[in-house]
Amino acid sequence: MFLGIVYGLLFWAATLILVLGVANKLRLYWNTPAPLKIPTMPAPLTKQGVAWRMAREVFLFQSLFRADKLLWAISIVFHYSLLLIVLRHLRYFLDPVWGIIGFIQPFGLYAGFGLVLGLLGLMARRVVIDRVRYISAPSDYLMLVLLLVIGVSGLMMKFVNPTDIVMVKAFFQGLKYFSWQPLPADFTLLLHLTSVVLLMMIFPISKLLHAPGVFFSPSRNQVDNSREERHIAPWAAELDKQNVDYISELKK
Amino acid sequence: MADYETPELSSDDGLVDVPALVPDTMVGKGPYISKPEFQEGMNFPSDIEQDEDGNWSLIPNWKEEALNKLDDLRGRYRSLQVYLDICVKCGACTDKCHYYIGTSDPKNMPVARQDLLRKVYRRYFTFAGKYFPKLVGAVDLTEEVVDDWYNYYHQCSQCRRCSVFCPYGIDTAEVSMAAREILNHIGRGQKYCTEIMGKVYKIGNNLGLPQAALADTLEGLEEDIEDETGVPVKLPLDQHGADILLITPSADFFAEPHVDGLMGYAKVFHELGLSWTLSSYASEGANFGMFIGSYENMRKISMRIRKAAQDLGVKRIVFGECGHAWRVAYSFLNTLAGPFDFLDQRYPVPQHVLEITWPALRDGKLNIDKSRNDDMTLTFHDSCNVARGSRMGEEEGGQFDVPRNVIKAVCNNYVDMPADTTKDATFCCGGGGGILTDDLMDIRVKGAQPRMQALKHVTDNHGVTHMAAICAICKSQFTKVIPYYGFTMDQIVSVHQLVSSALILTGQVDEDEDGE
Repeated sequence: MFLGIVYGLLFWAATLILVLGVANKLRLYWNTPAPLKIPTMPAPLTKQGVAWRMAREVFLFQSLFRADKLLWAISIVFHYSLLLIVLRHLRYFLDPVWGIIGFIQPFGLYAGFGLVLGLLGLMARRVVIDRVRYISAPSDYLMLVLLLVIGVSGLMMKFVNPTDIVMVKAFFQGLKYFSWQPLPADFTLLLHLTSVVLLMMIFPISKLLHAPGVFFSPSRNQVDNSREERHIAPWAAELDKQNVDYISELKK
Repeated sequence: MADYETPELSSDDGLVDVPALVPDTMVGKGPYISKPEFQEGMNFPSDIEQDEDGNWSLIPNWKEEALNKLDDLRGRYRSLQVYLDICVKCGACTDKCHYYIGTSDPKNMPVARQDLLRKVYRRYFTFAGKYFPKLVGAVDLTEEVVDDWYNYYHQCSQCRRCSVFCPYGIDTAEVSMAAREILNHIGRGQKYCTEIMGKVYKIGNNLGLPQAALADTLEGLEEDIEDETGVPVKLPLDQHGADILLITPSADFFAEPHVDGLMGYAKVFHELGLSWTLSSYASEGANFGMFIGSYENMRKISMRIRKAAQDLGVKRIVFGECGHAWRVAYSFLNTLAGPFDFLDQRYPVPQHVLEITWPALRDGKLNIDKSRNDDMTLTFHDSCNVARGSRMGEEEGGQFDVPRNVIKAVCNNYVDMPADTTKDATFCCGGGGGILTDDLMDIRVKGAQPRMQALKHVTDNHGVTHMAAICAICKSQFTKVIPYYGFTMDQIVSVHQLVSSALILTGQVDEDEDGE
């Protein structure tokens, strides 16, 4: 029961940090003006076109494909594996489990291997390619290690050292209503859960922000219509309004 | 020709192999520093002092001011804030920069260049960097860091090739502009840019060419055209009531091959019966405010164009061949100096001169003899700011098609360079972004290598003799650096120079056909 309370509190804290932290960042990005039209050209001429461009970036990694085919392949394997795995884990939070989540369970299992292989590929690039090694900070390696620990411990529980998943599901179901339920005292499970908690907490203060951040990238999300529509940021409009050249000359 | 270590070219596939890292090959002091008088002209702080060795100090409270400016900029530019946060260090951009390819200096990899600023941002503005700096590669802001900024942010031509390949579109140009704007505010302005902009404010153009001299030059060009064709083609200056205000880089008034392009525009306007004028007040298409990341100065220069258009009572604004000028014009002018509701709304504001020439050629309104360009086999250099920062025509990607269409309409022999070096993957000439200055020749020569290699490929394999460009900086940079790679200066031509050679004016009498 002690474990259940400790991890229950940890998961609640991690969820709050993740949600509030990301929300805070998104608010910052949303509220910061983009003063100039800077889409990387050629850019779509309509909003629908921009949505389509963004979809190609988010789902197919179009720019990365042009940049580096091997990295693209590794990234696709890693990200889609991660997606399947996250969806697969929804069975611990849903009761009854949705049909689609039930359907993907076996695929999610293979994805576990895809995830680990993808991560090993990313790690290998970081170590082997001199250019990527140069730009890597300790946190860049540790992020991969953390994800590897999550992936490997997950596979361990499936194939080597199964845990009591009925009990785990009861634990997460209970969390939703602040009803503390016990967790199995398995080392693998606790390692798995601890790593996930850590990942959730790191998310809003790390490069993992690339996931929500890409939607705010002006070079990808702007429409090419600068001759047709005047685009101006509030702080720049103030220069027009007060008819001055420099921000330092503005009257408050 | 001064001596620089020029990279070797091969013509196998037109692409340079990605070099292994050689740290610090381009370490240095950067370009000449802007003196207090030039700083003042830009409304930048000027309380810097020179020691006995000629080294300039930073302003007294530089560290505080640098961090204030960084904080200010990330609050005003979403691009900067997002790009500083979301890079995952995947390395996709690392082999995309012409300066990295040409120098092997790791700090010229786009992500590493961004990191020079990002590591300071992290140290002072992020949780991880404040409490675990070593872990995330955050560092304190020191004078050494400022020196690195000044040196390496002036080895970036803001060409945006990296942003094409970044999975999040992170644009090093945005970071480089922000870094220069921070430097502007701590006493590390760049002399080349601030001095030139001072001339624009004082006289109207980068060259400091006053009205009388400009009028004289234009008169000379009119004589040249008349001598050559027998047709009195005018290059009007400050003509009130003209329909079109032509804004063109001042290099077009005197430099080769730029001036041949200017004569080309004049001939096209003449032949189409368009009424046009240049302005001595806004006799500059270039806008170096973009290079130094100063929205305010970029706007102040743009406002001159608005004022000239209003004073002269024109109906349209047309830009000549210039890369960054066209980016500022196409993408920013409406923002900076709009709204242009006082102009004729039937035409886009502004227009590129190629958007006039191409439809005229397409519709057969110009009498063209393509064989007059048969002594050349052409290729086309997509200028980075046109390719990745603007558009021409109605269609997405028109900036690639319109110039090519024009060249093909006036020349019989045209070959494209390899696909990885053209269109939105084009390589910068090596001199863009405010580094077209003699004190940066080393990086200019080395940065040209990827373009030179592609040119060598089509020269050796497809018999290309000339490369056409639509940017004043590209033209100046190439004529200066291609001799280092075994080409000759006159192999660089303006697109409108080609139009000019093939265009037969109504009533034209060629010298060698006299008396026929």
